Amino acid sequence: MTILVIAEHENGAVAPATLNTVAAAAKIGGDIHVLVAGQGVGAVAQAAANIAGVSKVLVADNAAYAHQLPENVAPLVAQLGKAYSHVLAPATSNGKNILPRVAALLDVDQISEIISVESADTFKRPIYAGNAIATVQSSAAVKVITVRATGFDAVAAEGGSAAVEAVAAAHDAGKSAFVGEELAKSDRPELTAAKIVVSGGRGMQNGDNFKHLYALADKLGAGVGASRAAVDAGFVPNDMQVGQTGKIVAPQLYIAVGISGAIQHLAGMKDSKVIVAINKDEEAPIFQVADYGLVADLFEAVPELENLL
Amino acid sequence: NPFCEIAVEEAVRLKEKGLATEIVVVTIGPSTAQEQLRTALALGADRAILVEADEALNSLAVAKLLKAVVDKEQPQLVILGKQAIDSDNNQTGQMLAALSGFAQGTFASKVEVAGDKVNVTREVDGGLQTVALNLPAIVTTDLRLNEPRYASLPNIMKAKKKPLETVTPDALGVSTVSTQQILRVDAPANRSAGIKVKSVAELVEKLKNEAKVI
Repeated sequence: MTILVIAEHENGAVAPATLNTVAAAAKIGGDIHVLVAGQGVGAVAQAAANIAGVSKVLVADNAAYAHQLPENVAPLVAQLGKAYSHVLAPATSNGKNILPRVAALLDVDQISEIISVESADTFKRPIYAGNAIATVQSSAAVKVITVRATGFDAVAAEGGSAAVEAVAAAHDAGKSAFVGEELAKSDRPELTAAKIVVSGGRGMQNGDNFKHLYALADKLGAGVGASRAAVDAGFVPNDMQVGQTGKIVAPQLYIAVGISGAIQHLAGMKDSKVIVAINKDEEAPIFQVADYGLVADLFEAVPELENLL
Repeated sequence: NPFCEIAVEEAVRLKEKGLATEIVVVTIGPSTAQEQLRTALALGADRAILVEADEALNSLAVAKLLKAVVDKEQPQLVILGKQAIDSDNNQTGQMLAALSGFAQGTFASKVEVAGDKVNVTREVDGGLQTVALNLPAIVTTDLRLNEPRYASLPNIMKAKKKPLETVTPDALGVSTVSTQQILRVDAPANRSAGIKVKSVAELVEKLKNEAKVI
């Protein structure tokens, strides 16, 4: 049994979600190969070769794979994937974009966002916004799976010494082109990898008031998230959204400020180790999942909390 | 499904802009799914197709059935929601794109058709990405693509007279066998009940000494 893991990478570095995906592969058992597809990804391949437990790194370095266009990357993964028992990718926006295309090319069903490995063919995954956990068994010749990073502890980024092998295949479907991107700039830890996350909701009232959360987050070394209400109201950009349709986080500490706790939001954070809720409505559903709840006006409580830290 | 409402709305807007000539809405499911098709017709779709299948189908089977419909109808643009909020799979659009050999613009927050191309702005982890796709293409909608309208009573009445065709997977020549089965469904582990603290000072004390997370 040999498992192919599709590496997520950005700015010439291996993204943390790759390490969680390798951890899921290790739970399945067998040799683990990592595919690094992109343009100018030599350094990424070297970094991938150092990941603990990886025995081989395949590098597909070609202009066609820049920006991870699925029309080009999916045929590559499908071609390579035929030789593997499992093809895994992190359930990031790239992984979700590319892998179902791979599965269809291989004519197999895909299993999305697994949170645990029961055996080599049986996996658990959340459905209904995390309100139920399905145990799914696959009889597919190649099991194509996306991995929810928060379900698996990351393997060490160092300690491995895999062989690096170039892949010659270049698929350029010529159907799509990258036009541009607008990436949010932030010095704070990336939301999905942060140990502490501070999130604001509609109760923040406006975007300017998020400065209170940024100040608190900086004291804690935390990432800052938001509910859909805060994003829809234009307080903060979309990529900060935590929930069923946004990012899934499971930090050590999640502080929900002015967030009522709709099920779509809980879907994105209820696996956090410790949840704190600060809300002036003591009936807010968020208090049903919070380990520590404080019924208070956030505009008094948040600055006071920051001062006490 | 909320994401499908957004997909229908986007199609209607493209027609209102004169960029689309006809909107065909399709679903796969039991005969009761006609209600959802009538809703889409009331929102502005021109005609509907129901692929009648009583059993629950996986995304790949759905994508194969949609591919058969796409082959027959020859649309230039196929718009789907990015995920269904029951199975949370987020697969069908991508699979349909693969089977059709079309380009895909997933998690779209902006769609601009220009000539034989469509520019799609996509919501990605770090922000936004824009891709240019050759038509025909597949688009899957994200929440922020648009604000779906409500159906008016006159339009609901008119929708009852719009054509609704019913076909079967067999008639489309598609096998819906699956390589996947759900063994069981459980409730997620409950979180143990928490406590309410009286002050910020008590909260800090608990986080430091009891939970030991700061």
